Amino acid sequence: MTSVADRIAEPPVAETADATRRDVDLAPPAPPTANSLAHVSGRELRLDLFRGLALWLIFIDHLPPNLLTWLTIRNYGFSDATEIFIFISGYTAAFVYGRAMREAGFVVATARILRRVWQIYVAHVFLFTIFLAEISYVATSFVNPLYSEEMGIMDFLKQPDVTIVQALLLRFRPVNMDVLPLYIVLMLFLPLILWLLKWRADVTLTLSVLLYAVTWQYDLYLSAYPNGVWAFNPFAWQLLFVFGAWCAQGGAKRMSRILASRITLGIAFAYLLAAFCVTLTWYLPQLSYLMPRWLEQWMYPINKTDLDVLRFAHFLALAAVTVRFLPKDWPGLKSRWLRPLILCGQHSLEIFCLGVFLAFAGHFILAEVSGGAGLHFVVSISGILIMSGAAWLFSWYKYSADKSASRNKSTIGNADMAGGSL
Amino acid sequence: MRSGSWTIAGLVSLAGLLAASPLFAEDTTPRCEVPAYLLTSESTLPKVADAVKNGRPLDILVIGSRSSTIPASEASAYPARLQAMLKEKLPALTVNVTVELQAKKTAEDVAAGLSKLLEGKQPVLVVWQTGTVDAMRSVDPDDFRGAVDEGVVALQNAGADVILMNPQYSPRTETMIAPEPYLDNMRVVAQQHDAPLFDRFAIMRQWNESGEFDLFSTVRGIDLAKRVHDCLGRALSTFVIDAAHINPAQQN
Repeated sequence: MTSVADRIAEPPVAETADATRRDVDLAPPAPPTANSLAHVSGRELRLDLFRGLALWLIFIDHLPPNLLTWLTIRNYGFSDATEIFIFISGYTAAFVYGRAMREAGFVVATARILRRVWQIYVAHVFLFTIFLAEISYVATSFVNPLYSEEMGIMDFLKQPDVTIVQALLLRFRPVNMDVLPLYIVLMLFLPLILWLLKWRADVTLTLSVLLYAVTWQYDLYLSAYPNGVWAFNPFAWQLLFVFGAWCAQGGAKRMSRILASRITLGIAFAYLLAAFCVTLTWYLPQLSYLMPRWLEQWMYPINKTDLDVLRFAHFLALAAVTVRFLPKDWPGLKSRWLRPLILCGQHSLEIFCLGVFLAFAGHFILAEVSGGAGLHFVVSISGILIMSGAAWLFSWYKYSADKSASRNKSTIGNADMAGGSL
Repeated sequence: MRSGSWTIAGLVSLAGLLAASPLFAEDTTPRCEVPAYLLTSESTLPKVADAVKNGRPLDILVIGSRSSTIPASEASAYPARLQAMLKEKLPALTVNVTVELQAKKTAEDVAAGLSKLLEGKQPVLVVWQTGTVDAMRSVDPDDFRGAVDEGVVALQNAGADVILMNPQYSPRTETMIAPEPYLDNMRVVAQQHDAPLFDRFAIMRQWNESGEFDLFSTVRGIDLAKRVHDCLGRALSTFVIDAAHINPAQQN
């Protein structure tokens, strides 16, 4: 089993070797060694690793709080797994489709991106169907007078015509289903972003920052149904996505000197520590008297919808520290213990959807069986095992499919396959 | 409220007092245990303290949505229980708790109608329970904060102390309602205006985790709701007395 997993972790993409060596450079390139196929193919296993980690954390955060929740990064600072996910998605998407754009041209790359958008959309609708099934069940089986008010949330079931159309328009999104619509919108604009990046990378990043600033200044948003706004404002969150894309297109390389400096590292650590101290007061309210009032008034609320600057900065600090201490050629990336994470990261759309589904299912089990902390733990662990197993299966299938494809001398490169799923 | 229910309320609270003393720690009846930090606030209730000191009647107005009542059993809901507990703890005082239910209204709707609500009333303390309707409709959290802010200012300008009360902890609807942004924003407003925040959400979650109540329960009966509201009223009375820095012993 390990041997298959080993082989499939390094995607069979020999033809991409050149392009990728040019593109991916968060750290100085390591000399290729005989057994380090990953380096030759240029696959950034660190990206897969952290995207896999983000997917696990998103799953755990979607379950009711339990023991494992304490392992998720949102308890130790301002940012959470969503930032990691969107940044890495921007990075990989730009990497994969940027190459496609160079090799096959704007139109073909755009067509491929749109096909991907369609896949994500279908995945979202599929999850919505599961959600409908879940809450219809809850609505008919749960009549507790204590929660007669909260049960009003089911009222939309009374007019399914409007609700379902609004869901298809991405305007009606239940809780925990906000990431994919954000991703769909960001991907729709990817051709434009890539085109701009190719033209002037730094100008593109500046434009993105400007849009972010304008969003905060003039309160741009997308409205949702029946009222309210998108929980992740695409006008603000595009900053992370574009930043990821910019890094993939050589920005990371140009930043390498800044990233290597001790001052950057010092600032990053200081900020992470400060953020940690602040979060500590959320979970140990006994400590909250230590927080200076002026700081609280200036800082709160930390706005997730519009990607608060504090959150963005926290993500940057985390990324700077990670890049510094986790070199690209870290042997641990080959370890079989990290393999499940990497595999999950390589099939992020499928695993993300599976994670949302498992979180629904987990809620359901926890609600039906009053099992306590032990059951909570079992549900979380089983979810992660199922996600890893599925990722392994997808990789196995893809590997087999690619092998037979190459046997048939098919030379049509598949950008989606080559660079990871998203 | 009939005299029968008063007797029961008295007995229940007596049992509560006994349970609180270490000698009878293993005693049954509702313990309603809440960690101390959830029942203390840096903010104070000067108007309440003043009324108590001068022996003026303690008029309390509860403004809330449907979770401030129990369908068909209003006398067991937390506002009525609050009144009973306060009378119990401050026997020398007249305590009147009235309720203005604002079903299906967002904070913005309620804030706009506050002046009308207060007409002809001069409450010493207003308990404003809000956030649930806003969370269910996922109102823009910024708009929500603005509305709560406006409402608290209006109430304070009308001469009342204000306690903010946040939504219930509702594990069954966790996948459908996301209360966090509203909880955060209520905390911010409470702090800005020095209004104590009664953290109903954290308290109920604590009860669910400690096993005091099984809030996942699908039981259709009204019993669970009654017991939870009784504990909420009890906790709220402790909270009021603590925030007003009243020493109940002196009242007796």
